[in-house]
Amino acid sequence: MEESAAVRPTSLKEERQEADSKTIFGFWVYIMTDCVLFASLFATYAVLRNNTVGGPGGRELFSLHYALAETLLLLSSSFTCGLAILAARARDKDKVLLWLGVTFLMGFGFLGLELHEFHSLAVSGNSWRRSGFLSAFFTLVGTHGLHITCGLIWMGTMMIRVAGSGLGRINVRRLTLLSLFWHFLDIVWIFIFTIVYLMGGAGV
Amino acid sequence: MSQTAVKVKEGGSLRSYTTGFIISIGLTLIAYLLVTEHIFGGWGLVYAIVGLAVIQLFVQLLFFLHLGRGPNRRWNIVTLILMLIIVFIVVAGSLWIMHNLNYHMSPQQMNQYMRQQDGGI
Repeated sequence: MEESAAVRPTSLKEERQEADSKTIFGFWVYIMTDCVLFASLFATYAVLRNNTVGGPGGRELFSLHYALAETLLLLSSSFTCGLAILAARARDKDKVLLWLGVTFLMGFGFLGLELHEFHSLAVSGNSWRRSGFLSAFFTLVGTHGLHITCGLIWMGTMMIRVAGSGLGRINVRRLTLLSLFWHFLDIVWIFIFTIVYLMGGAGV
Repeated sequence: MSQTAVKVKEGGSLRSYTTGFIISIGLTLIAYLLVTEHIFGGWGLVYAIVGLAVIQLFVQLLFFLHLGRGPNRRWNIVTLILMLIIVFIVVAGSLWIMHNLNYHMSPQQMNQYMRQQDGGI
């Protein structure tokens, strides 16, 4: 019995592994195309960043402290997302929920900081209608914020799924995709922090 | 059985995540301090902070995304390189073309253009 059982589960296992790795590769390709989207928005921003039409530039508008706080918050959430994946691989459901919850809260805090910044810019008359520079700024940072929002919704549904049906093969695969997405958003933010905030704040 | 079925995933350990996290924080703070402490300015500063961002990109690719491990490592890297080529063409090409347009525009044309823009708004 043992010998005949040894053959089939292995091939089934291999089949499933191959399906999983194909799904993960497909998601990786999606992330690469998303990078191209962000690159075109970065190019637009880089071209328009001095077109302020006499209005305020990055130096007057951006607070570097604030941007640093956003950066560290998102970076930490990327780290705790990694911890959630490690826990998922160890099949530790409570830890997965704990670290996903921490990641969610930090991502939510990041989104709150970003929306607060957008709000205070818009209220002070510096909305996207003010200049080409601000249009490009809101498009680039807003697109990133939209991705973060989608990631948070995905994370919320994953927490419900894991709490409900545990850490089966499919849920762990979904968690892996989610973590790829979340790490990717952090990498995009590094460039937003550097090119928009640091270079804007330094006035170069 | 389902315990072993998910071993497909790329590697990654607590140590790799922690290493990546600490290096990333360090690189972020160095870039931040370079700007706030006004150690140097101009193009040198731009190259320095963009260079730090690119280093952090690779740190996170290695320690968070575990590039170069897992069953698809080869195709992951191939698509990554393809993406980097497209990104380079889009970004460098846009900057080059727009810089040339600015450069070849005479001040007279520029003033006329600005007046039209102001009138338009």
